[in-house]
Amino acid sequence: MWTYFLQPENPGAGFWIADTLSIIGLFMIVLLISLAFLLLMDRKVWASVQMRKGPNVVGAFGLLQSFADFLKFVFKEIVVPAGADRTLFLIAPLITFVLAFIGWAVVPVAPGWVISDLNVGILYLFAISSLGVYGIIIGGWASNSKYPFLGALRSAAQMVSYEVSIGFIIVTVLLFAGSMNLSVIVEQQAGGFWNWNMLALHTLPVPMFLVMIPMTAIFFISALAETNRPPFDLPEAESELVAGYQVEYSSTPYLLFMIGEYLNIVLMCAMTTILFFGGWHAPFEFLSFLPPFFWFAAKVIFFFFMFAMVKALVPRYRYDQLMRLGWKIFLPTSLGAVVLVGAYVAYSGAAS
Amino acid sequence: MTDLTNPENMEQLDDRKFTINFGPQHPAAHGVLRLVLELDGEIVDRVDPHIGLLHRGTEKLLEHKTYLQGIGYFDRLDYVAPMNQEHAFCMAVEKLAGIPVPVRGEYIRVLYCEIGRILSHILNVTTQALDVGALTPPVWGFEEREKLMVFYERASGSRMHAHYFRPGGVHQDLPPKLIEDIGEWCEQFPAKLKDIDNLLTENRIFKQRNVDIGVVSKEEALEWGFSGVMVRGSGMAWDLRRAQPYSVYDELDFNIPVGKNGDCWDRYLIRIEEMLESVKIMKQCVEWLSRAENAGEVLPTNSKFAPPRRAEMKQSMEALIHHFKLYTEGVHVPAGEAYVAVEAPKGEFGVYLVADGTNKPYRVKIRAPGFAHLAAMDHINRGHQLADVSAILGSLDIVFGEIDR
Repeated sequence: MWTYFLQPENPGAGFWIADTLSIIGLFMIVLLISLAFLLLMDRKVWASVQMRKGPNVVGAFGLLQSFADFLKFVFKEIVVPAGADRTLFLIAPLITFVLAFIGWAVVPVAPGWVISDLNVGILYLFAISSLGVYGIIIGGWASNSKYPFLGALRSAAQMVSYEVSIGFIIVTVLLFAGSMNLSVIVEQQAGGFWNWNMLALHTLPVPMFLVMIPMTAIFFISALAETNRPPFDLPEAESELVAGYQVEYSSTPYLLFMIGEYLNIVLMCAMTTILFFGGWHAPFEFLSFLPPFFWFAAKVIFFFFMFAMVKALVPRYRYDQLMRLGWKIFLPTSLGAVVLVGAYVAYSGAAS
Repeated sequence: MTDLTNPENMEQLDDRKFTINFGPQHPAAHGVLRLVLELDGEIVDRVDPHIGLLHRGTEKLLEHKTYLQGIGYFDRLDYVAPMNQEHAFCMAVEKLAGIPVPVRGEYIRVLYCEIGRILSHILNVTTQALDVGALTPPVWGFEEREKLMVFYERASGSRMHAHYFRPGGVHQDLPPKLIEDIGEWCEQFPAKLKDIDNLLTENRIFKQRNVDIGVVSKEEALEWGFSGVMVRGSGMAWDLRRAQPYSVYDELDFNIPVGKNGDCWDRYLIRIEEMLESVKIMKQCVEWLSRAENAGEVLPTNSKFAPPRRAEMKQSMEALIHHFKLYTEGVHVPAGEAYVAVEAPKGEFGVYLVADGTNKPYRVKIRAPGFAHLAAMDHINRGHQLADVSAILGSLDIVFGEIDR
């Protein structure tokens, strides 16, 4: 494709590149700015559960807190511990950061508002989120320290285990949609909240919601595990591993880890929205006078709120319990769901 | 060269143990504990507690302080529940010197000892939750602790290191408003405790992290010299407040919660229950103290053990001299030795006092309950997961002030 555009007789090349770059730039800017406020929201939610005020000094209601934190991190000295593998130590946070961004390339936030409308979008997302574990493993290993190393080991095992069940859950949605294109998956859920994959009431009288509601819950829980959030924050378990793989990190590399981690959380919220909650569609037709992007953002913020609440409320699983939950409960359940949904699609004629 | 492919020689290959330093600067170390952990993967093979990082030589220092000055060092032992320790020392001095304690003084002491018990248990229960990853309970608990520390301050002038108990009673009577406020606090506390209880007790993850973790059998508890919640968790109804009643505990109505399985979960439940029992005791004390006919002395006045009233000192030379002597030379305690133990929040806190007839103790041995509990860390932790170390450590209720002394 590149060779096609780079040939001088195709005048569209320059335009195409500029166009794509500007969309990517726009996505990054919007994501980073909204991330700044989502971070603040995370802290505010957490604070109010704990009957604290949360950040309220920098700017009105602490609105500029994230920007102040950003500046603080950026202006600190980057400390590379003695004995650490310098190159890998600095590459690791970059990997996390970059992967967190490129996952967004296929996320449709409104009809047509997507960087690349890949027809295998979901596979792409799945691949990118699987790569995300490398940042953590490399970071934990390159630190040349015991706590980060343990954290990295845990995180490797954890992310691999939960990806399996996430994969099967995604397959159930794929079977309904008959497509791996995220925009198509969203379009297929149009018409009201009863058509969302969470309920899938369009399958009635076959009660597929009995399968899909648990799948939605398991997906959300697996998303918590995938992003190392409580109750699955074992890689950075404070009371055991101090801060896990990021013990030795400070200043900008730490900031990159942070941004990457939170972007992944938002990405997971977006995936939950797209796969199960109708993406940009309003819950009722008559509410669709509000722009699609509004609905998408509202849903993502809602799930982000759920992430924050979970963090405030639950204790942490132990390593073996986490593994048991992933392999012995989630995996068989989601596998069973794939069979059920597959059977429905095959025998109800919905596949046609 | 040994044949390493032979399974019988496998132990020579077994150099894959992972040794990590848990502390002294670790968020879950409860102070300055340093545990050297030997891990086999996530499984704990050996726990080696290193203590002494907070050693201040309290026992030696006490030999160079008058009895009155010595009390302050007891606040700094288990700094989570200061007055319970003062109580033990004061009782030891009283026992040797035969100082009578006015009943009102006893009631105020009991009231503040129970405040100390709640202070300690709130901290422990909520940090135990923190150790298994629940971030919210500590912040909720500290709200109530804060109010209790204000009661400490209003009685003694200090939030933590109160130095309020005296051989013979307490330093000063409580103002009526303070008694009233403590009564009001007792009314609202159970609801606040219920909030924490709702958040944790039946939480599946919290249960999974605590049930059957760190099990201590009856025999083990006795062998390792446990006391307090650690023995009650294992099913023994042993509480010094009932087993050998001191102060006015035999006049008060309260229960001793006892566990069944001796795991972290039972110990957590016992602490929650004990807080409610403490509130019950506090209510009875408040009720007794606020009755008009019970007004009176809190120290044996007209004795050598109580300072004269300030007004008296303006008129009487003897009173002035008495005051001066009391606060410089201090009282002389007759030669002898005494062991006195109180039921501190963490277990049996004992003071073995040897007096030689001078104004300073000849020797003071402090029996800190946490010391025996920490000594069993290796025994309890073996075979548990790494994450359980902090859960067990939390349920042992360790405070380094008293262990390192």
